[in-house]
Amino acid sequence: MPTFVYMTRCDGCGACVDICPSDIMHIDTVTRRAYNIEPSMCWECYSCVKACPHQAIDVRGYADFAPLGHSVRVKRDEEKGVIAWRIKFRNGKKDMELLAPITTKPWGSGTPQLRDVEAPTQEQRDSQQLFNEPKYIRFDEGGVHTLESNGLKMKEGVYY
Amino acid sequence: MKYKTVVEDNIDILVCGAGLGGTGAAFEARYWGQDKKIVIAEKANIDRSGAVAQGLYAINCYMGTRFGENNPEDHVRYARIDLMGMVREDLLFDMARHVDSAVHQFEEWGLPLMRDPKTGTYQREGRWQIMIHGESYKPIVAEAAKKSADKVFNRICVTHLLMDDAKENRVAGAVGFNVRTGDYHVFKSKTVIVSAGGASNIFKPRSVGEGAGRVWYAPWSSGSAYGLLIGAGAKMTQMENRIVLARFKDGYGPVGAYFLHLKTYTQNGVGEEYESKWWPSLQEIVGKEYLDPELSHSTHRPIPTCLRNHAMIQEVLAGRGPIHMVTMEAFQDPHLEEIGWHNFLGMTVGQAVLWAATDVDPKYENPELTTSEPYVMGSHATGCGAWCSGPEDVSPPEYYWGYNRMTTVEGLFGAGDAVGGTPHAFSSGSFTEGRIAAKSACRYIDDGKADGISVSEQQVERRREEIYKPLETYTVYRNEITAGSVNPNYINPRQALDRLQKLMDEYAGGVTVSYMTNEKLLNIGLKKMKLLEEDLEKVAAENIHELLRAWEIKHRQMASEAVIQHTLFRKETRWPGYYYRGDYMKVDDANWHVLTVSRRDPETGEYTMEKAPCYHLVSMDEEEAA
Repeated sequence: MPTFVYMTRCDGCGACVDICPSDIMHIDTVTRRAYNIEPSMCWECYSCVKACPHQAIDVRGYADFAPLGHSVRVKRDEEKGVIAWRIKFRNGKKDMELLAPITTKPWGSGTPQLRDVEAPTQEQRDSQQLFNEPKYIRFDEGGVHTLESNGLKMKEGVYY
Repeated sequence: MKYKTVVEDNIDILVCGAGLGGTGAAFEARYWGQDKKIVIAEKANIDRSGAVAQGLYAINCYMGTRFGENNPEDHVRYARIDLMGMVREDLLFDMARHVDSAVHQFEEWGLPLMRDPKTGTYQREGRWQIMIHGESYKPIVAEAAKKSADKVFNRICVTHLLMDDAKENRVAGAVGFNVRTGDYHVFKSKTVIVSAGGASNIFKPRSVGEGAGRVWYAPWSSGSAYGLLIGAGAKMTQMENRIVLARFKDGYGPVGAYFLHLKTYTQNGVGEEYESKWWPSLQEIVGKEYLDPELSHSTHRPIPTCLRNHAMIQEVLAGRGPIHMVTMEAFQDPHLEEIGWHNFLGMTVGQAVLWAATDVDPKYENPELTTSEPYVMGSHATGCGAWCSGPEDVSPPEYYWGYNRMTTVEGLFGAGDAVGGTPHAFSSGSFTEGRIAAKSACRYIDDGKADGISVSEQQVERRREEIYKPLETYTVYRNEITAGSVNPNYINPRQALDRLQKLMDEYAGGVTVSYMTNEKLLNIGLKKMKLLEEDLEKVAAENIHELLRAWEIKHRQMASEAVIQHTLFRKETRWPGYYYRGDYMKVDDANWHVLTVSRRDPETGEYTMEKAPCYHLVSMDEEEAA
């Protein structure tokens, strides 16, 4: 749904401008607050909604097929590692709260620094292995699958 | 001109576009090139860029070999069947044999993969899909890429690849501009991995006005993977193989979890099962080899996605629409109901918004489905992209020229949507392809293949002028008119996009013609495409944001021209339900069991088309039996 920004909540910090994948959240030069400059290029991905520190951004369903009066709000918490949603129907009959984890590790702690791991050997360079392979493929002693290991052949012709 | 030129020199590996493919490339490059200079250029912010920006609720490509579930060749067969035979099985096998190691690392990085409480294995949605809490899928993999890269340039729209002036057909970097500052960025690099996006918004969408943003594939997927590669003279393959998606109407919410996990099913407007009645007539088009419902029933051989689309399209045309997804049964189970909603919130929030806006509670009402406008991409259930070399231990000679995932331009590699013939890679497979490409690129450099690259000032200057021309055009002609957007000297990017979408829709098999085209229509389309190309020389940009849109439409136009050329070349209807060649309404294995390969001459703009052999991965037993 195209996003919009509440005047009283936005302080023009630009977090939405920084994150929008479509480059459509910009700061209005008169009000010094953010707004959606191109609703027809908005994927309603909620990246800006999640990034806003003041919950100043919301969405209103696309005018060409979504009637007014609904609400889908979200709060994403990296520290707690969860995201909380609330969905309210136009007719008021449904009001759902849904919670989901977003990570299982303290933020940024799980990814490795490959500059510091032991450098690959020439044999590994010449092989078909990628980083952490073959171990991470199956967690067994076996190697990377090949045509030979799997009893296969590349063959020209019509096969279904 | 007021914009600075910012030069980043001595790059070893330049990653253009850091969605899942690009993050995989940057990540892996650091391992094989610990002393190499790795740079990412990304149009948006890599924390939320690419098709996975919004998140995903499933990883659609996971073998599960460690749990004894599938082998790589099983997935190759699945992709072959789904794409009616037209795939690069060497690349697919290669992706499938590595993809699990990527997924296992994602779990280690903190991505919440669901587990089956009974077996301890990952929670399967279908044979290939595992369920995840993937709202932060992209920021998590971006962390890994950021740790590996020397520099990440966010908000750089890469417009062109730089070519080596010392040696023909060798890449030398890329250029673009910063969409915030407007500065001109020059990246001089020994290798380039193009991992930019496929193309949404090249066919007229069903939605109008604001809703045009609610496309199935992200609106920022501007076909740059193709624009950059075609522009550099790389050979492309299977560009005719656009994809049409059967999805929840208007919101284009995903149906995979609904079909596979929630066990919902479809019916027509009067509550009947409708697919099977279309099989006999469809069998006349594709032959029993490609559609055998009895065999499918007894052996679980999948019915290709396009053929199921065909049944839906025909049923609606026969006047028995709309097609409904029967959710009312599954949604009585509160657990399944919750999954149904989470599925949207995790990857297509807009569908949840739409149901909330229209009071559609799938517990009490079966929602509508529709078939989308076509999209051109190479990682979902279709395989458009560059003609790339495969791995040396798998590929036959026609598919192998030294470096895995290298295009036909030296030093230029692809991943994700950029690589042709590798459908069903999805997020994990695209990431894996990025890893493969990165290792190859390091090897290419270590082999001395990138020595002696030279980029002339002239080339850098020529591209600079070209990039800013839309701003110049606006400045020169804007004041000839009083106000508004109607100007006899230029069109703006939105007007150009509208023209492209209308043209592609009407002549190349879009939604308003029920995906039908033929040689005459395609030739008219091609003629109009050339005129659009000429007019794009006069596209005007009022500001830097519009300059971004101007270059996006130029990339989309390049991708679209390739689509028409390829569609014209393949004289058969290979994928009924994706598109129809009305003048050749049958699958024609005698002449067209081949891959289509094109090259656009960067100097003249002329296309040359050729057929490439289609190799299949067969088991030794199968071969003996044959």
